[in-house]
Amino acid sequence: MKYLDEFREAKRAKQLVEEIRKTVTRRWVLMDVCGGQTHSLLRHGIEEALEDYIELIHGPGCPVCVTPIEAIDLAQRLSMRPEVIVTSFGDMLRVPGSQDSLLGVRSRGGQIRSIYSPIDAIKLAQELPDREIVFLAVGFETTAPATALAVLQADRLGLKNFSLLVAHVRVLPAMEGLMLLPDNRVQGFLGAGHVCTITGLDAYKPFVKRFRVPVVVTGFEPIDLLYGIREAVRQLERGTSELVNCYSRSVQPAGNLSAMKAVDMVYRVVDMPWRGLGVIKEGGFALNDRFQYMDTQRRFVDAIELPIHVETRCRSADILTGRIKPTACSEFGKTCCPEQPLGAPMVSSEGACAAYFRYQTRILT
Amino acid sequence: MCCLLSLPNKNSNVNDAQEPIGYQCPAMVTSTSDCVTLAHGEGGFMMRRLIRDRIRSKLPPLVSDLGDAVDVGEIEGSIAITTDSYVVSPLFFPGGDIGSMSVYGTVNDLAVAGAEPLWLTLSLIMEEGLPLAVLDRVIESVAKAAILCNVKIVAGDTKVVPRGAVDGMFINTSGVGRLPRNAPPGASHIQRGDLLIVSGPIGRHGISVLAARENLGFTPEPRSDSASVQHATFALQTALGGDLRSMRDATRGGISAVMHEWAEASGLTMKLDEASIPTTADVRGVCELLGLDPLYVANEGTFVAAIAACSVERAMDVLQLIPQTASAAVIGEVIESTISPVVIERLLGRLLAVDEPAGAPLPRIC
Repeated sequence: MKYLDEFREAKRAKQLVEEIRKTVTRRWVLMDVCGGQTHSLLRHGIEEALEDYIELIHGPGCPVCVTPIEAIDLAQRLSMRPEVIVTSFGDMLRVPGSQDSLLGVRSRGGQIRSIYSPIDAIKLAQELPDREIVFLAVGFETTAPATALAVLQADRLGLKNFSLLVAHVRVLPAMEGLMLLPDNRVQGFLGAGHVCTITGLDAYKPFVKRFRVPVVVTGFEPIDLLYGIREAVRQLERGTSELVNCYSRSVQPAGNLSAMKAVDMVYRVVDMPWRGLGVIKEGGFALNDRFQYMDTQRRFVDAIELPIHVETRCRSADILTGRIKPTACSEFGKTCCPEQPLGAPMVSSEGACAAYFRYQTRILT
Repeated sequence: MCCLLSLPNKNSNVNDAQEPIGYQCPAMVTSTSDCVTLAHGEGGFMMRRLIRDRIRSKLPPLVSDLGDAVDVGEIEGSIAITTDSYVVSPLFFPGGDIGSMSVYGTVNDLAVAGAEPLWLTLSLIMEEGLPLAVLDRVIESVAKAAILCNVKIVAGDTKVVPRGAVDGMFINTSGVGRLPRNAPPGASHIQRGDLLIVSGPIGRHGISVLAARENLGFTPEPRSDSASVQHATFALQTALGGDLRSMRDATRGGISAVMHEWAEASGLTMKLDEASIPTTADVRGVCELLGLDPLYVANEGTFVAAIAACSVERAMDVLQLIPQTASAAVIGEVIESTISPVVIERLLGRLLAVDEPAGAPLPRIC
């Protein structure tokens, strides 16, 4: 862990905070795209240390937060069928659907298992050939390749009892969507390091050119984030907009080619509804024609219900687009907390509201 | 994800394995003579034989058997009683198993209260189909742990329930101990300025069990800290007297849960210093990977203590001489009540609130 310790060194962190404070002449608005970055910024007190100098908006990069409510509801309905076992990542289980969370449904008899890798779902399908194994596949470009490999493996094995409820989403179209909002205030982005590790740095070139906005790809450790912030504010002060890689120990210009190849083989790009944000053009993946036979929604057509309008007091759209801070929501910490979340951002270890609740930066010293 | 009624994997032999690790998913035993059956719990000769040959013969002899009860003799002074149930899955994990854990856990509950553990009861609830070899290993582990802790198993019970009604085997142990006059006064006596000590690296049990249960495949496999803490607690108590305010084994909910309980009991704020909290490289690594915080992860042989500042040096001297607590550390202090009951000083020197654990931590997606 020595490797990580270097990126958490308090002395260097304090120096960088000072440098950033000296660099800025006005309070710039930056968006950290990924939920992992949000948590790190709050956990280590970076947001608070720079509060008067930079406004940090925590973007939509929390995969469970944007998973459509219909997908969660469908998974819940299927889990109550005796022949079905629904699998997903642990984070997903507490996210509220229209009525309940997967954990709640499990306590009422739903067959739901938390897994660590899509391959676990394949193994389960092999072990239990008379059960239908449904994998609720969520996540960004980071998890989509692993799911793609699972699809390819299931195909090779000729598994007939494995299907996927695909809710994979793509980051870049969401960033474009945010920039096109009439009330957009974001002046620079901290790019999500893990997503860029897969897609490559070059994928962001057209975005930077089109919107003339600095994009600095950063990692998740405090020193990584501070370097990224310093680079972004330097650009903003200079009046330039460039694509800079501050996470070069992981991100390459072309990305992870074999991961992208697996994604290309299995998925096609589709317009995707993001929970709280609405449909984002080219904002997600669906299984392509070759693998559609593994699509849960095709296999269980009878379980699909028309989308229902859910009344919610959760202001996730305002949170994810940076219109308000989580603490400005009237429900925050009152009717909405991690044990009783009104919406997804309060659930996940990557959700912005959960981050504020957990590391709430009350000034104590 | 897997059950535990399992045979050893190909690479290990149950008889020569030093540590009960390497157990894998179920290769079901088919012959009923090798397994616990419902008949073993029905009160007939099969049950009597099971208890006689496989349980009692392996445990130290009882004090004085009265049939349905036992005469443990007279005791001087105050008596402390505790009870705990053990439902860990898998039954065997690197660094421990349900048998030794059911002894250490209850012994530790007495020890951190300042009591000298004397007697335990042992109740087994077994799932039909549990291999008798598994039962044997668990009972041997119970016996070994009881000898190490110098406690006597004085009463017991066995039940067998249909397949699926429990997860392999559940154990309940209750413990009785003698409470001396110098037992710590408890969390309500914690004072402003007291220092907080942890007896060793945190989070080892929770991470070990998680990795074993979910077959996460880390090498080397993270090991649980499951062990008795009574030597260390006894030594502290003897050396510090009333300056030792309170001790707690930081089991479910980890350090964070104990800190919240102490904050509530004392009406003060527990302030932790992140940099000084000891963790092992493997626990930190797994936590980073899964998005967990070691502060919330369970321990089974690690305790925290609140100690008057003037006695902390002595406490550290005592703990560092005991191998099990050699890496004990001062991890924080008790301060005047602030807006949050537990706070932590992280990287940039700011104090951040530590919230109370809400259910088991869930691994993140990416």
